[in-house]
Amino acid sequence: MSEHGTTHDEVSRAATGTLPQRFDDPGLPPHVPRQADHDESAAKRAERQVAVMFGLSIVSTVAFLVAYFAVDQRSTVFFPGIGSTNAYHLVLGVTLALSLLMIGLGAVHWAKTLMPDHEVVEERHPLRSSDEDREHAVATILDGGDAAQLPRRNMIKYSLGGALGLFSLPLVLQVAGSLGPTNVSELAETLWDIPTEGKHAGKPIRLMRDPQNTPIKAEEVAIGSVFHVLPESLDWHKEENVEAGRAEWKGVLDEKAKAAVILVRLDPKDFVSTKARDWGYQGIVAYSKICTHVGCPVGLYEQKTHNLLCPCHQSTFDVTRDCEVVFGPAKRALPQLKITVDADGYLVAPEGFKEPVGPSYWER
Amino acid sequence: MSTAAAPRGAAPRGAAALRTDDPAVRPEPTGTVKKLGGLAGWVDDRTGVAKGAGHMLKKVFPDHWSFMLGEIAMYSMIICLLTGVFLTFWFVPSMGEVPYDGSYIPLQGVQMSEAYKTTLDISFDIRGGLLIRQIHHWAALMFVVAVMVHMFRVFFTGAFRKPREINWVIGTVLSLLSIVEGFAGYSLPDDLLSGTGIRAAEGFMQSIPIVGSYVAYFLFGGPFPGEAIIPRFYTAHVLIIPAILIGLFTAHLLLVMVHKHTQYPGPGRTNSNVVGFPLMPVYMAKAGGFFFIVFGAIALVSALFTINPIWAYGPYDPSPVTAGSQPDWYMLFADGGLRLLPGWLEIPIFKWTLSLNVAIGALLLIPVMYTLIGIYPFLEAWVTGDKREHHLLDRPRNAPVRTALGAAFIAEYFVLAMAGVNDILAIKFHLAINSITRALQLLFFVLPVIVFWVTKRLCLSLQRADRNLVLHGRETGNIYRSADGEFTEIHEPLDPYRRWTLVQHEVGTPLALGSTKDANGVESPLSKKARRRARWSQFYFRDSVAPVTPAELAAAHHHGEHDALPSAESATHVGPSEH
Repeated sequence: MSEHGTTHDEVSRAATGTLPQRFDDPGLPPHVPRQADHDESAAKRAERQVAVMFGLSIVSTVAFLVAYFAVDQRSTVFFPGIGSTNAYHLVLGVTLALSLLMIGLGAVHWAKTLMPDHEVVEERHPLRSSDEDREHAVATILDGGDAAQLPRRNMIKYSLGGALGLFSLPLVLQVAGSLGPTNVSELAETLWDIPTEGKHAGKPIRLMRDPQNTPIKAEEVAIGSVFHVLPESLDWHKEENVEAGRAEWKGVLDEKAKAAVILVRLDPKDFVSTKARDWGYQGIVAYSKICTHVGCPVGLYEQKTHNLLCPCHQSTFDVTRDCEVVFGPAKRALPQLKITVDADGYLVAPEGFKEPVGPSYWER
Repeated sequence: MSTAAAPRGAAPRGAAALRTDDPAVRPEPTGTVKKLGGLAGWVDDRTGVAKGAGHMLKKVFPDHWSFMLGEIAMYSMIICLLTGVFLTFWFVPSMGEVPYDGSYIPLQGVQMSEAYKTTLDISFDIRGGLLIRQIHHWAALMFVVAVMVHMFRVFFTGAFRKPREINWVIGTVLSLLSIVEGFAGYSLPDDLLSGTGIRAAEGFMQSIPIVGSYVAYFLFGGPFPGEAIIPRFYTAHVLIIPAILIGLFTAHLLLVMVHKHTQYPGPGRTNSNVVGFPLMPVYMAKAGGFFFIVFGAIALVSALFTINPIWAYGPYDPSPVTAGSQPDWYMLFADGGLRLLPGWLEIPIFKWTLSLNVAIGALLLIPVMYTLIGIYPFLEAWVTGDKREHHLLDRPRNAPVRTALGAAFIAEYFVLAMAGVNDILAIKFHLAINSITRALQLLFFVLPVIVFWVTKRLCLSLQRADRNLVLHGRETGNIYRSADGEFTEIHEPLDPYRRWTLVQHEVGTPLALGSTKDANGVESPLSKKARRRARWSQFYFRDSVAPVTPAELAAAHHHGEHDALPSAESATHVGPSEH
């Protein structure tokens, strides 16, 4: 080949129409030596560079060990671009990083400058076994089966099949049967349901501020304001826990996850849905805070549009229209909690939700 | 450590000489073996490992930056395993409620789960604990991203073709497991953000038709949140999934060894060889060193940038929520799918509820996506009818339809991921969340089509550019002015090495569309199938651009000679830049 890339041969063969269909592989290009391959001082320099990097790693490791004991765990330091940060964490992290990085960079530099860079060619071999080997393998399996008399011992064959088919059932049953419980009907119950027995039986349940846990007077709720609410019965639940000798907090989050309610006050004229207004008290309405999509708390209220927004997937509910979905992936309106005031002027719920709260499920 | 090469010991003397039939008990070690010390010999005496080890250490790997993506994934996983073990020493996966008494003042006295409390302890009271936690989280993020980018490399270069289909499927499962493992992991601290994620996950389970509420009750051990889910996630996160990950990853590596690594096309690189550097010493140093580089880089990022500051979120409580609730990045596409699905997909059937608005995004999206990824090699092999082994990679431009399909997939993934941050986009760009969501719903259907078309055209253009380069050579920037005033740019022909890379590939030819009738003129289901396949084959290969042949090059040179330089001895060939 000439350095032009095309031999005169090729050109003349083209003229006579004898050129091959494809180009020929020219083979590996000639090796280009590196500086360190022929210049001993360059090689020495590379060696020094590698040694410096490994040395820096040692220094960083020692620095980590010292810092672990010497630096105060609570001290902060200003780091440009990041701001005030924990000095202990920063020093440990940076020294560890340098101790590791310098080993890696040193090794790679060593490989690139001093280790052989002649490319090596290794041949591939077809992956498939030879036909004899394949036949031999099949024969071995078949002969083995024959030797065990598998083809003619039908009783063994079928009983073994049955045994192997069934043996996993106890294991599956143990797990599946014990994962329970199966009382999924409690998905439809919340702490807003009026107790039918016990010392609080038949009593309307007060709406309590979350997290202050104080009752709310109707006149404290200004138009446009929003309250996060939990039922007074959450306290009763804790009392029952203590009386029954359970941990006070047992099941509290489970109940909260269904009972959380959001309370807003609108000008009664703003309601489009009369049901929404009628279930409220002087424009104060309470809705389940658990999104009907997948159950995140619908925590954001936009005063101007009277919309409630779920921050997880942006389902938007219009309070004036009984919390119908106006945007987003949810389908159902948020369930409304009927409220009124008790003799002391506190907001109460005289009855529980009329439908299950939270995400949809098949039998709801 | 090659003891197998050691010669037999010297002739026995004295009493031992009487029993010359006995095999030599202790062959004299040669110089090299002595140097490695007795240990290697001791091991080889008991394992015979030397032969295999010698072979392994000479194994050749080709060099390319894109081959390091899988390495990054492997090393990130090892870093996760290492730091994860550290974390288990202090983390208590319990949802029992305890008051906080640690040194982080804003939360002192607050009721929280023990899982959250011990995560705070790791962050504030265990020396260096925060660093380990941060390395664990950053390495996990790095793991998932490296797996994904590694998959892109394998896909776009066609490395999944025979004989590597099994390894592609294993890799697909590894990728799926990596995001499940990540989700289980970031749920463990039981903070407000991750708890909200678990809350949504429970909602997903409830959307399973007929048995949803039971599945949720089984997995959560009762109502949400209960006290079982964190311990169960913990078992999955530290035991079940890592065990499967390690098993599959080992198989993945073994198959790489068995198949020998693929290589990019180039001079001297054929389908039946591997050109590169031996494991010992070059890749020992390079790959071993690269582990430290990955580890060091992750440690540096962990030192400088906080990830998942759980102390700022507070303990999980079902009532409060923060605006901007996003999962870790690799779950954004699934979350985005949920945000785009319209509510009317929830269908009441008599007194029951079928929540397709949730189920499609939460239960179907990931399995369907990963199934499509997993079976792609088989689909492509069926369409192309190619049953040969492929060890030489495709340059992505030379497989325009595959490259365009991959780009369309990325576009779709991107749309979903953007939907997962639609609220952040709304805030940052002062746009209405409704219009962003509507636009993304539209883009979900439109963008992949556009991206497919654009990418395919780009690939074809790049192939034509390659042809031009081969035919007319490199533009030197030197302008020649002829005697009659015409200006010509001097083109320098490619050297054969560079040219080979541009002309080595083969081009598939589309199958011809046969008749739907068989020889007797009867409608044949078989030929219908063949026609369907032919149609797909057309789709794949219709617009192929063939590489330059020697005849074409010679013709181009001949053509160029009309306006060749006066000096025939010039070291450059001259040709018009365009035909």
